[in-house]
Amino acid sequence: MLLEELHGIVEKERAARKEICVRCCMAAGCMSSQAAEVKNALEGAVTGRKLMDRVEVRRVGCMGSCGLGPMVSVEPGNLLYQHVTPENAASIVDALAGGTARVERCDPEHPFFTRQTQVVCANSGRIDPERVEDYIEAGGYATLHHALLEMQSTQVIDAVLKSGLRGRGGAGYPTGLKWATVAKSAGAHKFVICNGDEGDPGAFMDRSVLESDPHRVIEGMAIAGYAVGADQAFIYVRAEYPLAVSRLQTAIRQAKQHGLLGAGIFESTFNFNVEIRIGAGAFVCGEETALMASIEGNRGQPHPRPPFPAESGLWGYPTLINNVETFANVVPILSRGPDWFAGHGTEKSKGTKVFSLTGKVRNNGLIEVPMGITIREIVEDMGGGAPEGGKVKAVQTGGPSGGCIPARHFDTPLDYESLVNLGSIMGSGGMVVMDEQTNMVDVARFYMQFCMEESCGKCIPCRAGTVEMHKLLTKIVERRATLKDLEQLEELCDLVKHTSLCGLGQTAPNPVLSTLRYFRNEYLELLQPQSEAVSSKQ
Amino acid sequence: MKLTRPALPSPDKRWKIVDAKMRRLGYKKHALIETLHAVQESFGYLDEEALTFLAGALQVPPSKVYGVATFYNFFSLKPQGAHTCIVCLGTACYVKGADKVLAAVEKCSGIKSGETTADKQLSLLTARCIGACAIGPAVIYDGTVAGHQTPEQAVAKLKGVLAHAT
Repeated sequence: MLLEELHGIVEKERAARKEICVRCCMAAGCMSSQAAEVKNALEGAVTGRKLMDRVEVRRVGCMGSCGLGPMVSVEPGNLLYQHVTPENAASIVDALAGGTARVERCDPEHPFFTRQTQVVCANSGRIDPERVEDYIEAGGYATLHHALLEMQSTQVIDAVLKSGLRGRGGAGYPTGLKWATVAKSAGAHKFVICNGDEGDPGAFMDRSVLESDPHRVIEGMAIAGYAVGADQAFIYVRAEYPLAVSRLQTAIRQAKQHGLLGAGIFESTFNFNVEIRIGAGAFVCGEETALMASIEGNRGQPHPRPPFPAESGLWGYPTLINNVETFANVVPILSRGPDWFAGHGTEKSKGTKVFSLTGKVRNNGLIEVPMGITIREIVEDMGGGAPEGGKVKAVQTGGPSGGCIPARHFDTPLDYESLVNLGSIMGSGGMVVMDEQTNMVDVARFYMQFCMEESCGKCIPCRAGTVEMHKLLTKIVERRATLKDLEQLEELCDLVKHTSLCGLGQTAPNPVLSTLRYFRNEYLELLQPQSEAVSSKQ
Repeated sequence: MKLTRPALPSPDKRWKIVDAKMRRLGYKKHALIETLHAVQESFGYLDEEALTFLAGALQVPPSKVYGVATFYNFFSLKPQGAHTCIVCLGTACYVKGADKVLAAVEKCSGIKSGETTADKQLSLLTARCIGACAIGPAVIYDGTVAGHQTPEQAVAKLKGVLAHAT
């Protein structure tokens, strides 16, 4: 592949475009509501009405409002339809020929859409994720060409450093620093790993990115490989995401066919291969050292750091490991410049963040917002608040490692630091809204049960501590506990947090700690009566 | 010493698929999980014969094969029913009442999560999160995801699946 050939594909694609583009969302959410049948109906209607010359029906990735699926959009005209069925889909095509669409309209001017800043999701819902040509037409792989042939690897790292990008997997480590460390580490081999083991329940950003724009992630990984000097990459995806796996397989195959992966990419000396590894349902494998153990074919058990993967990772070689969303940010940083990227967000947290907004909220789905936006804007303006007149009580971020943020703190601007100050974490971006009907002690128990069952069993604080904490929480929920039990629970939280080996155990107490911090009353109300006298004295 | 790989356990064509997977990964030890996936995909579960065969073919101790197979939730050492019903218990599904869906399904089928009915028609499972959070509560019936499930819908669907089978 040469640059001219890349341009050739772009021109060919543009020439083949038709006057009207009807896009049908075919990400996992809409697929489960008959999106494939809807697309067939749309195509049938276009053929039936002899509009093939004017109208194109395109399979696309996630449009964001997954709760309203299947979604169909029509361009030009910026029309958006929701809850489309195979029965009424044809009327959308009728409307193009002067008829009326008997389909629910979705307002594209709703804050849910207008408050978004789409960087990672720029192609999501627009291009066909199963056609590399679509991605190339949208500017894809031009950045890889630019990086390979016009930039030194150090310049690539400098750009990522300057952009201020921080790891989107949750911890927020500066991406550029990690790249620089791997680049500096000596090793006969180096590896790049993309962590797509999105285990947090209530989070589906990575699934959506992989299903909607897989080439973007692959291109980001290839650029990372060039920057750090790696020629082999693995992308670790959960087995629970079969559609994401199949789209990635397609994308890798197409990239290889076009010479965008493999040996001598763009006729440079750079070789790069990507292999998929499918997870097998262990939450702990989201932890980087456990993930690498899993790629090596072992039980997914973490090991102590240091040594960090950047120095001694997969099979002992220097390994760069980043999250899906982090890799998806690489192309825009290089193509639009680090300053442009750093122009979004807050002082310490640059760029945008993709969140999956779910739970007791009117508008569910995937949103990409600039860092620094307030939780209130997300939950109330974009999400539309609680459904059916309910009242939003709290938002849970960061899954089992995060915490619950009460409504009174909703005006806090979102970034890595502010969330930690509130007792939660950014996490990978799951945001579950809870209303007045949600019992916070029950939520804490739910997460503790999760951590208890997912603990890999290697270190004692996590293995035994989560079981004991779960017992105590159950005792509280069942109104059998006393204040002494609560004190013991707090003591255990502190112990497990500070003595566990990996992130799973270290953060397992967070949901308990944050609900105790903001909703202590709910715990006290469940304690046995004789202990109330003691608690009121304090 | 030259190591010889064990012969395929039986002429069953599915073993060829498993063997092709191992060959593609060079019969390396790190191919273990990928190969376990291939066995489960082909046979539906992992039995002792399969685990022993993989241990020989990949030169990994049987204890390690067993350890890996039991460590990961996705692998099953027991045959599954003809139909599967997986109730997602992710947070978003949970706050929207997935626990009630599960309770209804357990009552209707007479089995608990992780079990298979005596007539081998239905296996009931739960998932951590299938990423279909925006359409929760979500249930996967025979590999097809259904969103916005109520306990009544889930029971009706299950009865349909079971009736279809008989």
